[in-house]
Amino acid sequence: MLVYLIRRIGQSLLVIAVMAVLVFLAVYAVGDPVAILANPEATQQELDAIAARLGLDRPLWEQFAIFVWNALQGDLGTSFVYSESALTVILERLPATMELAFVALVLSILIGVPLGVIAGLKPDGLAGRTIMSTSILGFSLPNFWIGLMLILLFAVELQWLPASGRGDTVDVLGVPLSMFTLDGLSHLLLPAFTLALYKSSLVIRIAQAGTREVMLQDYVRFARAKGLSPRRIVMVHVLKNMMIPVVTVLGLELGSMIAFAVVTETVFSYPGMGKLLIDSINRLDRPIVVAYLMLTVFIFVIINLVVDMLYAAIDPRVRLSEAKG
Amino acid sequence: MTTPVLDVRDLQVTFSTREGLVTAVDGVSFRVDAGEVMGLVGESGSGKSVTGLAVLGLIDPPGRIAAGSIKVKATELVGQSEKALQKVRGKDVAMIFQDPMTTLNPVLRIDTQMIEAIRAHEQVSEKAARERARDALAKVGIPSPEERLNAYPNQFSGGMRQRVAIATALLNRPAVLVADEPTTALDVTIQAQILSEVQALCAETGTALVWITHDLSVIAGLADKVAVMYAGRVVEEGPVADVLERPIHPYTAGLIGSVPSRNKRGVPLAQIPGMTPQLSKLPPGCPFAPRCGYSTDPCRTIRPERTPYPGGRAARCHNPLDVPPNTPKADAARELTP
Repeated sequence: MLVYLIRRIGQSLLVIAVMAVLVFLAVYAVGDPVAILANPEATQQELDAIAARLGLDRPLWEQFAIFVWNALQGDLGTSFVYSESALTVILERLPATMELAFVALVLSILIGVPLGVIAGLKPDGLAGRTIMSTSILGFSLPNFWIGLMLILLFAVELQWLPASGRGDTVDVLGVPLSMFTLDGLSHLLLPAFTLALYKSSLVIRIAQAGTREVMLQDYVRFARAKGLSPRRIVMVHVLKNMMIPVVTVLGLELGSMIAFAVVTETVFSYPGMGKLLIDSINRLDRPIVVAYLMLTVFIFVIINLVVDMLYAAIDPRVRLSEAKG
Repeated sequence: MTTPVLDVRDLQVTFSTREGLVTAVDGVSFRVDAGEVMGLVGESGSGKSVTGLAVLGLIDPPGRIAAGSIKVKATELVGQSEKALQKVRGKDVAMIFQDPMTTLNPVLRIDTQMIEAIRAHEQVSEKAARERARDALAKVGIPSPEERLNAYPNQFSGGMRQRVAIATALLNRPAVLVADEPTTALDVTIQAQILSEVQALCAETGTALVWITHDLSVIAGLADKVAVMYAGRVVEEGPVADVLERPIHPYTAGLIGSVPSRNKRGVPLAQIPGMTPQLSKLPPGCPFAPRCGYSTDPCRTIRPERTPYPGGRAARCHNPLDVPPNTPKADAARELTP
């Protein structure tokens, strides 16, 4: 396990290094931040002064070297707009996005797994077919449209839930979280559901396919031959095997939910990282964009690592074969 | 005469497929007494496994038991509710399967899988069930059973896994054990060990054993009697020594001839020409007729009925090979013996 872990961490570092080069080059190629930051009537001299202050007058390789040197010390640059450490600006908005993604993840498991199992047990039944065809809707309806419709229905027409923003927060271990207050939860529900809808459809599909496959296995037949109740067979024998692919995919999807909740956050004016990213791209705030992308890469790498560990926890076969290697 | 623990009568299992209704098992009857071992022999697709599954009520749609009766300890199983069958499975009738690598759930520990088999039928404490599971593992020859209970299936070899499956199946001392080719996937040396262990365990508990296989050499040393299946029907049945010594049905003779033997070194192995027929396209007469060297005109048009022979034997054949003496049919077929 330790050897495996070390090897995986080595691979992860390589991925981060490659991404650093790509991200820096890509962002460098877009637009001229000085033109946006400076007063429209600024003289060339003033423009040069701004460029010099931000370090934008130096050659590309030098800028990159400085970036890498600072990054290694945990400094991902200073925001042009906020004049604050880019990482700080992003991390301030991280808890909001994290809890949005987390609530969405929980929702998609709670919705997706039971429906997927039901559909998998009776693929030709009415319930199974209804679930599967409805899940196609979840896949194909655009996120922003669903968000708008939910706002229209629950916030405007029924007035049950607020349409935008983030609710009251409480500090949990120094992190401001809103999912522990009623007001916060009511603000979270609509965006989280919007975000969860696509994932639920995905989970339904995977759970359905997994259940169908597992039900045909010899060990399920043996379990039946032992006289076990269908309930025990599904809840223990099928569920545990079926969760292996679900966990894999959800792990990857959690990363994409954190990194790319952009559309949902914009629709609901939810003050998370996604909205910050859109704002920063519009203002050509390069350090924020670079820091955001680096952080995203980092999160993906960590999640992948955790998923592999979880995998080993669920599936003893992984544990054994990795212990050998 | 005692009532047999397993009494199967005129069992008919059908599957509805795109090509219409297929009869996988057609009029199969047999009875097995307590402690008796019956071999159910046939090629792939002969319906032997379906028969085994039917005994446990494990025929899933699109298949169904269309007719017949299955009695275990004089209780009728056909037509019972799923809930009632659940109480019988693993308690009165147990089953083990062909591939030990896939019979045990890979993500559950052995103790979980054994204890649940006990607790599905009896209200016993976790601890007591665990002790019984441990003793059962020790009985099938698994070393340090206490520790092995905490292991996962992938930590066992194929032979050991099959032993675990056997121990699990016998946990509740079932009256009948259906064994569906449990040694086919194993090494020959392990096969022999498992065979003798199962035999001993069943003899000890008086469990009737139905051993499904395509391997006549396994049956020869193990079973008391044998039923040979072909295309969903029992074509020959009787005490195992008599059937192997003097087969009545040409198909049985063909099966025996195709077993490799030390005494036939250097001689090309005999084989039955052709393939098992598709059940959806059975010929009107004897299903074996197209592959049979003894077939005559009636074979192609009239389906042979079950004909009893002395010594508790029976066969379905118009041209029986080696009919035991003192039967009216004895003179009819002698000239065809090779």
